[in-house]
Amino acid sequence: MTVPVLEIRNLHKRFGSVEVLKGIDLTMQKSDVVSLIGASGSGKTTLLRCVNLLEDYEEGVVAVAGEQIGYVERNGKRVRLREREIARQRAMTGMAFQQFNLFPHMSAIRNVMLGLVKTRKMSKDEAYATAESWLERVGMADRKDHYPGQLSGGQQQRVAIARAIAMNPQLMLFDEVTSALDPELVGEVLSVIKGLAADGMTMLLVTHEMQFAHDVSNKVVFMQDGRIAEEGSPDQLFYHPKSERLAAFLKNSKF
Amino acid sequence: MDYDFNFAAVWRDFDLLLSGLGLGLVLAVVSIAIGCLIGLLAAFGMLSRHAPVRWVSTAYVSAIRNTPILVLILFTYFALPQLGVRLGKIESFIVTLAIYSGAYLTEVFRSGLVSLPPGLREAGLTIGLTEFRTKILITIPVMFRNVLPALGNNFISLFKDTSLAAAIAVPELTFYARKINVETFRVIETWLVASLMYVLACSIIAALLRQVEARLAIPR
Repeated sequence: MTVPVLEIRNLHKRFGSVEVLKGIDLTMQKSDVVSLIGASGSGKTTLLRCVNLLEDYEEGVVAVAGEQIGYVERNGKRVRLREREIARQRAMTGMAFQQFNLFPHMSAIRNVMLGLVKTRKMSKDEAYATAESWLERVGMADRKDHYPGQLSGGQQQRVAIARAIAMNPQLMLFDEVTSALDPELVGEVLSVIKGLAADGMTMLLVTHEMQFAHDVSNKVVFMQDGRIAEEGSPDQLFYHPKSERLAAFLKNSKF
Repeated sequence: MDYDFNFAAVWRDFDLLLSGLGLGLVLAVVSIAIGCLIGLLAAFGMLSRHAPVRWVSTAYVSAIRNTPILVLILFTYFALPQLGVRLGKIESFIVTLAIYSGAYLTEVFRSGLVSLPPGLREAGLTIGLTEFRTKILITIPVMFRNVLPALGNNFISLFKDTSLAAAIAVPELTFYARKINVETFRVIETWLVASLMYVLACSIIAALLRQVEARLAIPR
């Protein structure tokens, strides 16, 4: 058995006195595509953000490629890793955000190059070539010198995905990447993600696009009140929901 | 009114006025450069997770902003030597002006930082940058461009404040104007020329700053 790309065991996360994740277990093997669905406030986005430690977690283990993210056990005590170690671990995963979060003062290609040069230590030329080929891949090569403010939402999101993928992460995290887009721009972003899935990229997605989740995932996880309420194959979850809550949720989501 | 204008007395020492204007500019540039560093540190201090750091930054800003700048200048130059800190006139004035502008710039930078979308920092972290490099490469450059107009206004008012250096006999424009005034009694002519020189210099600086802003603006 190979080491899972992502292994989450008994993950607990609190915001003050409110427990938003109440013991999550999730394992992903290479090339798995897992979609997290559920009502807002169910903890999907928080779960995603614990994987790259944008949120600290209080209990349990998040491990990427067998390495625990953010913490080590030392003399029976749980210690947060040093900043530099955490930065290295964060670069094992890539993330695309709802709000794109491109660096507004850099052109598209410089957005993609930054991590390659600063984190991956590539030469400028190598980074440029790599960035250019990924922009090509997401259909943005002709806009490589445009600034984020000069691009549409869909174009910005494609550049943001290229920026994350170019880092060659072991796992990609997608946080509601189409929620801020005009309806007519959603398709172009989803087709990029589908292409990545076809290439065997391991991906964990939070999404409200149920049809897309059905088509792209090999596993769907329904979250409710900080717990995994139901999980299984897309067909199983979308066509044969076991719980009332999931059935009601799917009905409201117009699936 | 019957007054014979005689600018000859002023023109004779015009090179002194010009050198004074030049010194004023140098004082303002050096002070705001140091003030930017102080302001940046204090702005991050105000946003720090650690309460004592926030207190120190807040105390600095309110202490400086609630003291008249002339008092600060006189304090640094006359009182500090009594406490063992002996600085030359120009050094003393630059220190004062830097600390003074730093307090105002703290507010400029602080509001610039809080108005950035939090996702900007997070995006830097997700590509493997440390918090520090994220600040250096992303948040500070973006914030800096956003606050450039406010920074420009601060610079112009700082430049005008250099006239207060005359109070400790730093040889800038106002100092020389007063000297010429006392020596020639050409009151109107002297102060008219000095005023126009300030107006002209400020207008040119403002025009240059607009060019810089346009060049550094984030393309949209």
